[in-house]
Amino acid sequence: MLKRIYVPCDTTALSMGADKVAKLIERHANARGLEIELVRNGSRGLFWLEPLVEVETDSGRIGFGPVEAHDVDALVDAGLFEGKSDHPLCLGMVEDISYLKLQQRLTFSRIGITDPLSIADYRSHGGFVGLEQAVSLSPQAIVDEVKASGLRGRGGAAFPTGIKWQTVHDEPWQQQKYIVCNADEGDSGTFADRLAMECDPYMLIEGMTIAGLAVGATQGFIYLRSEYPVAHRILNEAISRAEAEGYLGRDVRGSGRAFHLEVRLAAGAYICGEETSLLESLEGKRGLVRAKPPLPAIKGLFGQPTVVNNVLSFAAVPFILAKGGQTYADYGMGKSRGTLPIQLAGNIRRGGLIELAFGVSLREILEDFGGGTFTGRPMKAVQVGGPLMAYMPQNQWDTPMDYEAFAQLGAGIGHGGVVVFDDTVDMGEQARFAMEFCTVESCGKCTPCRIGSVRGLEVIDRIRAGESPEANLVLLEELCETMVDGSLCAMGGMTPFPVQSVMKYFPDDLTA
Amino acid sequence: MIERIVEGLKHKPGALLPILHSVQDHFGYIPESSVPIIAEKLQLSRAEVHGVISFYHHFRSHPVGCRVVHVCRAEACQAMGGRTLEEHVKARLGVDYHGTSSDNEFTLEPVYCLGNCACAPSIRVNDDIHGRVTPQKFDRLVDELTTTALDFVQAKGH
Repeated sequence: MLKRIYVPCDTTALSMGADKVAKLIERHANARGLEIELVRNGSRGLFWLEPLVEVETDSGRIGFGPVEAHDVDALVDAGLFEGKSDHPLCLGMVEDISYLKLQQRLTFSRIGITDPLSIADYRSHGGFVGLEQAVSLSPQAIVDEVKASGLRGRGGAAFPTGIKWQTVHDEPWQQQKYIVCNADEGDSGTFADRLAMECDPYMLIEGMTIAGLAVGATQGFIYLRSEYPVAHRILNEAISRAEAEGYLGRDVRGSGRAFHLEVRLAAGAYICGEETSLLESLEGKRGLVRAKPPLPAIKGLFGQPTVVNNVLSFAAVPFILAKGGQTYADYGMGKSRGTLPIQLAGNIRRGGLIELAFGVSLREILEDFGGGTFTGRPMKAVQVGGPLMAYMPQNQWDTPMDYEAFAQLGAGIGHGGVVVFDDTVDMGEQARFAMEFCTVESCGKCTPCRIGSVRGLEVIDRIRAGESPEANLVLLEELCETMVDGSLCAMGGMTPFPVQSVMKYFPDDLTA
Repeated sequence: MIERIVEGLKHKPGALLPILHSVQDHFGYIPESSVPIIAEKLQLSRAEVHGVISFYHHFRSHPVGCRVVHVCRAEACQAMGGRTLEEHVKARLGVDYHGTSSDNEFTLEPVYCLGNCACAPSIRVNDDIHGRVTPQKFDRLVDELTTTALDFVQAKGH
């Protein structure tokens, strides 16, 4: 029987040596005269186990990991190809690993299971059911389904997706409209967009196509950060295969309606994750933030009505159309409906993707899933939601993952990234970095952000050097308030959040 | 060559970024001489083209070494010793950010997140991303890369 072996091909698996492992496995199989089918699947998102090699057996897929090149010899000798489970790297049935088993994977239900580029795999695991459904519905009915799901923008701002679509839908249909996917995932600690694009690219294509049908847009762009070369290659290949199969193009699945999709590469500017700056960049200009209004939904790309959504928002849509908005809304708490793909990163023993209904506490994520720090030292601070969000001290970790609960603390969920620091971290250095990052990445259009960040950096340096710390702390607080109140967008408006959180919760680190 | 790249892409809406990417992919940087050509064909001013090049960290106006090394400076990597790694990389290559090593092997650039945050700290060498990079692992990687290059040169010489 042809043995099927899986070695993941996402960036993280590759960064830990998956290509080498795959080559060695093939070489061993050849040397033993064994015929194997080596599948380069996506990652399961259990990153501490990468490269996670899986072997198909009659009872399911058995995992081995993390497999390094020098392990392959011994693994093969111990019966890797037979799926024998007495090697120390054997993890048993992959589906039974509690980290995976405890999750509620609605969006990421296929990652790691399928070959990302295989349309046949995608279809046999529920793919394109949502699109087929959308083709049979009126545009308004599609928008209504998304509204019923309660989906809020997963990029960080959490604006209701259905309402955004309705606004674009209601603009006259005779004009060109656009669907733009924000794949400029620049927040440190986040990688869910990348996983979606590398491990299940047709899901994003399907979600964007459904959006196109819903609002009457015939052209879509994926604005992808240039730091993601693997995602770039996979998306381009997936788009051309989807075109060949009639899922994209002049006549989407016999609907008589067109939807074309193109990947546009960004160029390393963090600010272009802000939607209006992104649109400027797509138009071929410097990524300067636009004043709002007008909203992009009314005057967006090239002045036309445009849906701009994050990768994860589009990625949630195929499930919503296939299973119904209500099914999605049955998960979650309060006004945060559905599931949140949490990305656990930094100094953590078991980092990876954890998709769960809103409402799980941060502590459960850190302890039950994460298993403590990588270094084995106590945790000191956690930054949730990217570089523009607050550092949270220990007494806040019982907060449920819910947009409103986090907002009450002056924190935010953002894009769902969770970065853990152990007790060796110098929080004063972290506050300094927040300002430094803003000096590098500010687009320069408004003064509070452009000048404020430079002055902020200088003041923090003075405080850390012991130069009249009390007076300078007052100055820093005033500067933070000015930036929050006076900046044009979230870049300058939120850079103070991590700084203020350090002043409030870790004051000793700042002045020491 | 530049004319050919621009002609091939200028029909696209918002063509400037795709053109600049293509020029840089081909030459390794965006030569000053390409600016007036791009400007004329897109009916932009040279200042506008220059303004776009200088806005984006990814675009370069100077040639680079054989390989570009990006070291991640963002929070998840900081939490895993990224700052120590940064210092080590600078010392080992003998350059600061945006500099090219004296043997022209490596150009060093900072990057803010490679999306590999659960296996930090991370670096990127051309299009390859490496995770859990310790100073020792970085040294091994540099040795490997430079020896491969040397073998290649020697093989070509024979």
